[in-house]
Amino acid sequence: MTDSAPTATATTAAGATRDDAGGPGPLLAINNLEVIYDEVILVLRGLSMEVATGQIVALLGSNGAGKSTTMKAITGLLPTEHGETTDGTIHLRDTDITHADPAQIVRAGASLVMEGRHVFEHLTVHENLVAGGFTRPAETDDGIAEVYEYFPALEQRRDQAAGYLSGGEQQMLAIGRALMASPTLLMLDEPSLGLAPMLVEEIFAIIQRLNRDLGTTVLLVEQNARQALDIADQGYIMESGRIVLDGSAAELADNPDVKEFYLGMAEAGRKSYRDVKHYKRRKRWL
Amino acid sequence: MVSQFVQLSVIGLANGAIFALAALGFALIYKSTGVINFAQGDFLSVGAYALYAGVATFGLHWSLGMLLAIAVAVVLALLVERLLLRPMIGESSIAVIMVTIGLSSMLQAVLLMLFGNAPRRMPRILPGGSIDLLGATIPVNRLVAIAIAAVVLGLFTVFFQRSRWGVAMRAVADDQPAALTMGISVPRVFAMAWALAGVSAVVGGLLVAELVGVSGTVAEFGLIVFPVVILGGLDSIKGTMVGGAVIGLLVQYTAGYVGGGLQQVIPFVVLVLILLVRPYGLFGEVRIERV
Ligand SMILES: Nc1ncnc2c1ncn2[C@@H]1O[C@H](COP(=O)(O)OP(=O)(O)OP(=O)(O)O)[C@@H](O)[C@H]1O
Ligand SMILES: [Mg+2]
Repeated sequence: MTDSAPTATATTAAGATRDDAGGPGPLLAINNLEVIYDEVILVLRGLSMEVATGQIVALLGSNGAGKSTTMKAITGLLPTEHGETTDGTIHLRDTDITHADPAQIVRAGASLVMEGRHVFEHLTVHENLVAGGFTRPAETDDGIAEVYEYFPALEQRRDQAAGYLSGGEQQMLAIGRALMASPTLLMLDEPSLGLAPMLVEEIFAIIQRLNRDLGTTVLLVEQNARQALDIADQGYIMESGRIVLDGSAAELADNPDVKEFYLGMAEAGRKSYRDVKHYKRRKRWL
Repeated sequence: MVSQFVQLSVIGLANGAIFALAALGFALIYKSTGVINFAQGDFLSVGAYALYAGVATFGLHWSLGMLLAIAVAVVLALLVERLLLRPMIGESSIAVIMVTIGLSSMLQAVLLMLFGNAPRRMPRILPGGSIDLLGATIPVNRLVAIAIAAVVLGLFTVFFQRSRWGVAMRAVADDQPAALTMGISVPRVFAMAWALAGVSAVVGGLLVAELVGVSGTVAEFGLIVFPVVILGGLDSIKGTMVGGAVIGLLVQYTAGYVGGGLQQVIPFVVLVLILLVRPYGLFGEVRIERV
C-alpha cells in the first residue's frame, strides 16, 4: 500500500476545507441493517458499517453480495424496487434517514452515482447537470462551472445528448451530476464498470481529487478491489448481505485472504483446492 | 382554385391546432408518467364546458372565464392523478388504460348531468369577421386559433427546454430512478404533468368552443388524438404540432378534393399505415443505443 501516506494527508486537508467536517462521530453510520425484497428475499442480514468524515471508504464484495442494495437502502431507493428496510438504522450525522425519501436524503447531503451510470440519455450534458442541481437551483450556474473544471471533456460536449457520450464520458457526467447537489457524502456504485483500464485510473484520480479539494467524503463500491483499496482509507468486505471483514485499506490489501479472493494474487501452490473450499465455507459464515 | 386551397389550408390548420393541443396533453401525461390517457378528449370537453359556464352562465369576462376553466381543469386533473392513477403505479398498463376509459365515461356522464345534451351557444371570445386572403374569405377567428396554438405550444417547448421543472420532468421521463437520486420528487412531476395537460385542454377547449361549438361531440376530438400522436410520436411536443397540422390539413383536403365522407376515416388510415411503417412515430424519440 504505497499510497497510504498521500491519502492520509488528503484526509487532513479535507478536514480543513469543509466546515462541517471533523465533528465527532461518523458521517454515515449503518447499524444492523436488514433489507428484504418482494417481502421474502432477505438480502442484507444485519449489515453494520461506518464512514468517517473526510475519508474514502471502499465497500468490496463479489457479485450479488448486496453492495448495490446497501446503496439503495441509504438513498431511499428500495421502495422503487419492492424492497424495504425491515430492521436496523441508517444515520447521516445525527439525522435518522432509515426511512427517509430520496429527496430528503439528497437534501441532507448524500448523493449516489448509480451502478451503470444512468445518465439522462435524451437530455444534453448541460441539462443533465441542471437536473443534478435540482435541490439547489440558486447555485446551478456555479455548480456547472465547477463540474466543467473537473471534467473539461464535458464542457466541449455540453449541448450533446448524453446518450451519445462514450462510456467514460457518461461516467464523468454521472459523477458531475451528483456533485451538483454539493454532497457531503458522495457514493459511487462501481464507477469502473465497463471502462478501459486507463479510464478507470482517470476516474479514480478524480475521485481522489474531489475528496482532497472539496473535502467530499466518499463511499466507493467496487469489484475492482485493488484500485479501490489504493485510494481508500478504510475498507469493508461484504459477503451474502453482511460485513465479513473490515480495516484500514492497507491492512485489507495485506490480508492474505483478501489478496487471494479479491486481488487475484494467489501464491501458487500455497493452498490446495481443499483449503480454498474450506476458506469459502468459512468466509460465508464469518 | 387557389382560393379553395387557401381556405382548406387555413381551416385545416385551425382544426389541427385543436388536435395539437389535445395531443399535447396526451403526450405530456404519457411521456412523464407512462399513462395512456383515453380520457384526454373529455378533458377537452371539461375545458370547453367550464369556459362556457364561466362566460355564459356566470357572465364573467372571458379572461376570468379562462382562469376559472383553468382552475377547474387543473384541480380535476390533480384529483384524477392523486386518487385514480397514483394508486395504479406498478399495475399493468391494461389495468391503467381501463381506469382512464372508466374515467372518460364518468366525465361524460357528469357533463351530461350538469349541462344536458343540447348544444350550447358560446358567446364569441375570439375576434369575428373575415379577411380576404389570395381570393379566399378567411374567418379571422381561425387565424387567431392557429396563432394561439402556436404560442401555447411554443411556451411549452420553452418550459421544457429552459425551466428547472421542465428539465426535471424530462429527466423523470428518461430515467426515473436516476431522477430520484437527484432529489427530484417524482409524485410532484406526475402531478405537474396532469396539471399542464389540464391547462392545454382548456386552451384546446376554448378553440373548440369557438370553432366547433360546445356540445357532447367535443369529446370526439379525443379519438383523433391517437392518429395525431402516433404520427408525431407519443412523447414529442414538436411531434404533436406537426401531427396536428398534418391530420388537420389531410382531413380538409380530403373533404374538399375527394369528399364522400372519406375525410372521417383518413386519420385512422394514416394511423394504421404509420403503425405498420414507423411504430415510434415520425418524431418519437429514437432509442439511443450505444455502448
Ligand atoms: N429488485 C430486486 N428484487 C429481488 N432481488 C434483488 C433485487 N435487487 C437485487 N436483488 C438480489 O439481491 C442480491 C444482492 O444484489 P445487489 O445488486 O445488491 O448485489 P451487488 O453486490 O451490488 O452485486 P453486483 O456486484 O453484481 O452489482 C442479489 O442476490 C440479487 O439477486
Ligand atoms: Mg451492484
